[in-house]
Amino acid sequence: MLRILHRVITTGNLTEPLDTSASLESLGIEVRRTLGARYAGSFAIRHVDAGSCNGCELEIHALGNPYHDLERFGIRFVASPRHADALLVTGVVSRHMQEALLRAHAAMARPGLVIAAGACACDGGEFGVSYASLGAVDSVLPVDVRIPGCPPAPALLLRGLLAALGRATV
Amino acid sequence: MAQAFAERLRTALPAVALTPRTESGLMPAMVVTVAADDWAALGSAAHGLGARWSACWVDPEPDHWRAWVLYELGGAYVLAQAALDPRAPRLPSLTPVFAAADRPERAIRDLLGVVFEDHPDARRWLRHQAWRAEVHPLQPGQPLAGAPPARTPADVGYAFRKIAGEAVHEVAVGPIHAGTIEPGHFRFAAVGEQALTLETRLGYTHRGIEKIAVGRDAAGLLRLAARVSGDSTVTHAWAACMAMERAAGCAVPPRALALRGLLAERERVANHLGDVGAIAGDVGFSFAQMQFGALRERWQRRSAERFGHRLLMDTLCAGGVRTDLDLEGTQALLQDHARLRAELAPLTAILLDHPSLEDRLVGAGVLSAADARTLGCLGYLGRASGLTFDLRRDAPYPPYDRLPVRVPLYDSGDVAARMRVRLDEIGVALELMDALLAALPAGPTSTHWEAPPAGARGLGLVEGWRGETLAFVRFGADGRVARYAPRDASVFAWPALERLLPGNIIPDFPVCNKSVNGAYAGCDL
Ligand code: SF4
Repeated sequence: MLRILHRVITTGNLTEPLDTSASLESLGIEVRRTLGARYAGSFAIRHVDAGSCNGCELEIHALGNPYHDLERFGIRFVASPRHADALLVTGVVSRHMQEALLRAHAAMARPGLVIAAGACACDGGEFGVSYASLGAVDSVLPVDVRIPGCPPAPALLLRGLLAALGRATV
Repeated sequence: MAQAFAERLRTALPAVALTPRTESGLMPAMVVTVAADDWAALGSAAHGLGARWSACWVDPEPDHWRAWVLYELGGAYVLAQAALDPRAPRLPSLTPVFAAADRPERAIRDLLGVVFEDHPDARRWLRHQAWRAEVHPLQPGQPLAGAPPARTPADVGYAFRKIAGEAVHEVAVGPIHAGTIEPGHFRFAAVGEQALTLETRLGYTHRGIEKIAVGRDAAGLLRLAARVSGDSTVTHAWAACMAMERAAGCAVPPRALALRGLLAERERVANHLGDVGAIAGDVGFSFAQMQFGALRERWQRRSAERFGHRLLMDTLCAGGVRTDLDLEGTQALLQDHARLRAELAPLTAILLDHPSLEDRLVGAGVLSAADARTLGCLGYLGRASGLTFDLRRDAPYPPYDRLPVRVPLYDSGDVAARMRVRLDEIGVALELMDALLAALPAGPTSTHWEAPPAGARGLGLVEGWRGETLAFVRFGADGRVARYAPRDASVFAWPALERLLPGNIIPDFPVCNKSVNGAYAGCDL
């Protein structure tokens, strides 16, 4: 226990302030609709991997590490789409995931934002459209926020999520 | 070595008249050709010698199709091929001999329509509802676009194995899981909290990789290979590079090979750091999860700073690497290694003797050595269950041919052992990277890439962080890829998870799963 406490104390606080100096436009983040101030205190996200290579998931995981500490913004990942304010979709929409994605979306409370994260989700990326893939998320669902990158770095993901909340300088 | 293995196969099969030969693109394997009818006899002979089934793929060449199967014995490889009739492709199944062949054969059946005779499982694998049973999208005549329904229905009707019993109930999970992970379906049969069986159903992230690879040039193929499984981007890109370079007889400069080794070890460290933290997190030890999360974050930032990408994507090219290190970069990395070692020592001590952690990890999710061997388990999964194979040591390719590679080995087969192996492997990777940096060869980081003539083919074999990873490439006209067949080590992880889970409680499933950490994308392709 003492070793753990020692380590906690010597590690200190690693969480960084978010750099908002660049405009969303210059970052390539596209925002069509925001949830706005109503969700300022708490924002619940259901992530759906609709056919990714798992690279995007690694960077979403990194949002939870001490450097990014997503939860300080009141943003949480939730298990049920019924508790979610936004669907965060990664990957192309594989045809085998089409129905599951649509059902997750249908289960959300409205207005139910859809955020496409990563090149695959935004425009089909390296996989595109084929017998196996429907390509970008907007071939299946209306997309409100697009976060580019392959995969988007955590800082970019954070900016995109805050933009969806109407809490970043646009 | 390969020669001796092939010779033993020849002796074991006097009636087949094997004539082992070499083919430069397929080195270090010895190649043998058999009739399709002798496919199973050869498999049985290989099994009898104690060989491991490594991979199987079918290449629909223009005039006839060719089936390939790779066996490994003590670091020696034999690659067997058989011609198939494209109008009625059939092959005896190797699944009755090698359990590891089960799902890969079913995937080939779905994608190419090859009938595997005596395969014990008639159920489809990669195919859900996006194409019909009589359509095989990877056949050369099939359009890339396919003819999918406007809305692909959910894959109901897959006949999961039924467990009878009064108190038995089924728990169905997925394809969307509770956390931020890849999609797949798990079907548990349980009594109370205890799992009796687990059956996994994958294929949800099938993106048609083998089909969309066709017609790409080398650079295009590498972008795709880098995205077979994002957590193994260097591994798959390296395997694809190696396959193409061997096919083309391209000599990669020593500096590029050393840098590839460095990148692959960085990938190993990043994944092990993340997974050790996640294993601790799955049993509620968030202290370690946060500590390891921070270590991984710093590691990724250094990757971005020095190599241009946090996951090291797209750092390789045919003929070399697309990145370099100056003296300052080398120093920075060496300092990182020393710092990581210093930081890991106290954390490892805490992880290894924290009673509540021990309580959850020791004895959880035991994979027996016999099961690991039967399923052909690789990497940390095998090494925690007494299997010591490591390509870097047992069939070394440059730059590992001039480095001593220590391979950690445990035999308890539980979650604790798999975590131990990962911690040890971080240490080994740091040693290897220090050695690579201390003797980084001078010279160019890539050589001119020239695509080989049509028909050239090559095999790439790389020890990724999950274990032996393979790529086969055949070129068509104009330097375009005609066939790309990757095989991720995860293929053997999912059947292992099914074997190690029974007897554990369902709430321990997440930590068991994390300790195995098979990729979904790497299997679904
Ligand atoms: S955007 Fe890139 S990292 Fe994300 S799923 Fe697609 S290929 Fe993988």
